[in-house]
Amino acid sequence: MKNKGRSYYLIPYYLWIALFVIAPVLLIIYYSLFDLDGHLTIDNYVNFFTPVYLKMTLNSFWYAFLITAFSLLIAYPAAYLLTRTKHKQLWLLLIILPTWINLLLKTYAFIGIFGKFGPVNNFFDLLGLGEQQILFTGFSFVFVSVYIFIPFMILPIYSALEELNLSLLDAARDLGASGWTTFRRVIVPLTISGVRSGCMAVFIPALSLFMITRLIAGSQVITLGTAIEQHFLVTQDWGMGSTVAVFLIAIMALFMIVTGGSRKGVQK
Amino acid sequence: MRNKNGFSNLYLVLVFAVLYAPIFYLMYYSFNSGGTMHEFEGFTLDYYREVIQDTRLIIIVINTLVIALLSSAIATLIAIVGALAIQRTRSRRAKNSLLSLNNVLIVSPDVIIGASFLILFTIVGIKLGFVSVLLSHVAFSVPIAVLMILPHLQDMSPTLTDAAHDLGASRRDVLTKVILPIIKPGIFSGFFMALTYSLDDFAVTFFVTGNGYSTLSVEIYSRARQGVSLSINALSTMIFLFTILLVVGYYFLTRRKHRPRIAEPVAELGVPR
Repeated sequence: MKNKGRSYYLIPYYLWIALFVIAPVLLIIYYSLFDLDGHLTIDNYVNFFTPVYLKMTLNSFWYAFLITAFSLLIAYPAAYLLTRTKHKQLWLLLIILPTWINLLLKTYAFIGIFGKFGPVNNFFDLLGLGEQQILFTGFSFVFVSVYIFIPFMILPIYSALEELNLSLLDAARDLGASGWTTFRRVIVPLTISGVRSGCMAVFIPALSLFMITRLIAGSQVITLGTAIEQHFLVTQDWGMGSTVAVFLIAIMALFMIVTGGSRKGVQK
Repeated sequence: MRNKNGFSNLYLVLVFAVLYAPIFYLMYYSFNSGGTMHEFEGFTLDYYREVIQDTRLIIIVINTLVIALLSSAIATLIAIVGALAIQRTRSRRAKNSLLSLNNVLIVSPDVIIGASFLILFTIVGIKLGFVSVLLSHVAFSVPIAVLMILPHLQDMSPTLTDAAHDLGASRRDVLTKVILPIIKPGIFSGFFMALTYSLDDFAVTFFVTGNGYSTLSVEIYSRARQGVSLSINALSTMIFLFTILLVVGYYFLTRRKHRPRIAEPVAELGVPR
């Protein structure tokens, strides 16, 4: 039953791969070699290694790291507690539901909440802290991003915890492990794959966000995502935009190799 | 665990409260006659009236729905083919590379998808607008639909198709009478995932819409950038209610269709757009 040339119907899928998976990547690389006037050059790459772009890349990384770390910090206990509830399916659905609401609408809500006269500032007033500038700061950017990404961190960790064999916990207890030791030596290693896919689902988009940045952080935070958007849609410098994109792709690939590489050690 | 129950419940309640607070905040102020997202002055339905009477917005909503339905349908068809192609590949190496290629668009950041599609359409000479948006929605929906269909295909016992062949069914009959009915639940969930991806997409669409053509997300973005307008709140309330209807509908549909046996890969893959 080898493909006997009767597989014409498979063509659309291969066409899709060629046109929308392979071609776009090649085009990005190709365009990164041209400057604004259409001359072949490596200036864009030289430019990327100037302090402006390096600082931006570092910045982008730092924010993505913060967002991932805080998401993990909040999501792990939440996922753990979720597995202990009755009606798990219902609670899980309630976690998923907000992800179906348009991301921009949720972001927009924070313009009101963090605004000058919003509830958070009212609360600060009540505490006697006075009015604070919350919108258009790094803090608001991280907060809103964590808010947006939390469900995507909870879900994979939840499914990893669900697969956890409960008798292993009993065994740990029988062998005299304390709650903390059990957590550190048994639960965490066995759920690390969930943590890993959660981090991936958060870190990569966090590197390339541009709408939350624009709406919530103003010009305070510039990430690789905002830079690409800026170059493509505002300054029309596709060459430089593509160069940033090439680096983003490279970083992403590296990140996936690093996080995916050590998988063998912990799998059941 | 027993004595800590109160604390853990509190934590969960807090997480849920924060998750839902912004959504309800938007809904609450959609009824504010004061016109701001603070200081509730009085109850009004003006903003809902405004949304309903806004013909431009209604056209945009229709655009969004047309794009979503059309692109998901096309993407699902391509995905069925794709899943079959992956399933059919015998060599493990080829299969893995096919799967990796399939997943590239799922893990790629949206800005890059958007930017590269913009280059692609410009080079090929496709005018930015309906066609470019439709094509890109098809493009990024295909891999997710493939991943929803593939497990069903892999669970299918090969003896079934062998039996059909032995009984004299043509390849076409095997496909339409045996394979497709068996993977139907996967096709449905693939279509549905594609639909939600398409409805929710902003970043990619933002890159490939020209002037004059807009989907809901792009419109919300440009309105939100101009500052607070309670018609967005009213709109979001309506979208929220619509979403809940959709989710509840889907929930009951899938619960009836197949046992919750296959863990939906959505969780791991749902990179927000």
